[in-house]
Amino acid sequence: MTTAPEIDGDIETQIAHWRRELNRAGCLEPATVDELETHLRDQIDALTEVGLDPTEAFLVGVKRIGNLDALARELAHERYQRLWKQLVLGADTAGAGAPGIGVPPSRQIVLMVTCALAAAAAIKVPALFGADLEDDGPFYARNLSLFAFPFLALYLGWQRRLSTAIAGSLAGLFALGAVAANVYPFRGDSSNTQIITALHLPIVLWFVVAVAYLGADWARRSRWMDMVRFTGELALYWVLIGLGGGVLMAFSALMFNAIGLDPETLIGGWLLPCGAVGAVVVAAWLVEAKQDIIENLAPVLTRLFTPLFVLVMVAFLVSTAATGTGIGADAIERDVLIGFDLLLVVVVGLQLYAASARDPSAPPGLFDLLQLALAVAALAIDVLVLSAVASRIGEFGWSPNKVAALGENLVLAVSLAGTAWLSLRFWLRRCPYATVERWQTGYLPVYALWALVAAVALPPIFDYR
Amino acid sequence: MELSKDLVAASAAPLVLAILAEGESYGYAILKRVADLSGGEMRWTDGMLYPLLHRLERLGSIEARWDDGTAGGRRRKWYRITARGQRELAEHRRQWGVVHRTLEATRDGAERGARRRPARRPSLRPADGMA
Repeated sequence: MTTAPEIDGDIETQIAHWRRELNRAGCLEPATVDELETHLRDQIDALTEVGLDPTEAFLVGVKRIGNLDALARELAHERYQRLWKQLVLGADTAGAGAPGIGVPPSRQIVLMVTCALAAAAAIKVPALFGADLEDDGPFYARNLSLFAFPFLALYLGWQRRLSTAIAGSLAGLFALGAVAANVYPFRGDSSNTQIITALHLPIVLWFVVAVAYLGADWARRSRWMDMVRFTGELALYWVLIGLGGGVLMAFSALMFNAIGLDPETLIGGWLLPCGAVGAVVVAAWLVEAKQDIIENLAPVLTRLFTPLFVLVMVAFLVSTAATGTGIGADAIERDVLIGFDLLLVVVVGLQLYAASARDPSAPPGLFDLLQLALAVAALAIDVLVLSAVASRIGEFGWSPNKVAALGENLVLAVSLAGTAWLSLRFWLRRCPYATVERWQTGYLPVYALWALVAAVALPPIFDYR
Repeated sequence: MELSKDLVAASAAPLVLAILAEGESYGYAILKRVADLSGGEMRWTDGMLYPLLHRLERLGSIEARWDDGTAGGRRRKWYRITARGQRELAEHRRQWGVVHRTLEATRDGAERGARRRPARRPSLRPADGMA
């Protein structure tokens, strides 16, 4: 045989058909489908050269490429690791790369409603023993996450059919959290350490929820980016539900006032607390069941707010430099410190969220430069706050608030510095994006550890002041 | 001979890196090279090479470029090993060397053991690990 026989029109139709099958098997990008088609054509050429007729060659080539569903799943998993469509598809075809969801959608709704109702009931249980939302504010503040997170973990764990060992440890950790929230003899309602515990315990318990979300994969660092994405989407859904809830409450107030009944008990005592904790479970269900709605929203939000945050922070830094005042000593009060810490937490969250929505194989672009700017600006602000806190500690000694602020800012400074440095290297094409991602996911346990120290160790150290 | 699934999975990345260390290549040619080098004893499901290539690309061990097909051939995605990939390949080679040497050493030991006390091991079963 001197030349490879012309691949006839019939084969072209078959290849086109095969291409469609591959496209149907999963959401692959056109370039990947092209790459595989080239492979198939190479194979057909090679086989026809050794004497097979084109149709036979096509069949052998297709067979050697293997099961298209499995292949598309692997490819999509590689590329769209965290794009939710894939995970939704996985929910229909059990075990297809989804995080181990083995429960059909209809049962998931039952599960969700059960767990949401349980959470809503749980927040009313203390009322049976005479606790009051208004009078016992500190009690509710310390325990708030314990009314929502265990039920969220129950929902997630149930849905993923966690092993009894993991489920047992989760229950144990929540029990420990409940003990930590309630055994300390805090001094009065305005005890600083009490507020610190109330602020940090939810962060610790969120990591327990993460283990329920990740199931047996919890120790695999690569899966933690999924958890970050899940957290972000859940927060978005929760806020959306909250907005709807606000409208509902406004209307209830209007209607009951109209007939001369005071809606205060209904709204303040029932709708608001029960709705807020129940909505956490509902939001989790929405994240997994209706992923494609938010999928389009999440990257847009990070892209919208990253430049805005950069602008605001740079404006702040420029003003600070221009006025030459620095953060005033008077301003180092708890509220201001919490405000700045919150700002930095939001920035880190924005970074994590942007990273979780990013296509890891894309080359550095303008948005990565913005990310770098975000990290650098946040780091500069962090240093400003750190120096203000440090000088106050030098002047007036240690206090629980200052220690908490110092620790938080140090933990965030290291995180931001690492991200800034690696983003720079990525921008200069010295390392792949995966390195930035690995740093960010690898650093997550540090947050948990610091939150644990602040929630559990600080109160006894400062004598529950 | 069919290699076990686990062994194929473990050896695929080092093999791809080693082949790309020979020079730039593309999917079909890499598979052909694997078949040639192993005398046809190693067969992968062709398609599964591509997720692996994409992963190595994402991790920065290899880099890819599309040629435009102007040279008369098909439009192809070419892969090339990076410095990071070279380092990983060296580490893979070291680790596989350790496994290989350890495995061989146990066979030597078994042979010596069999020689030392031949009588106490009657022919209930063949001497351990003897080929």
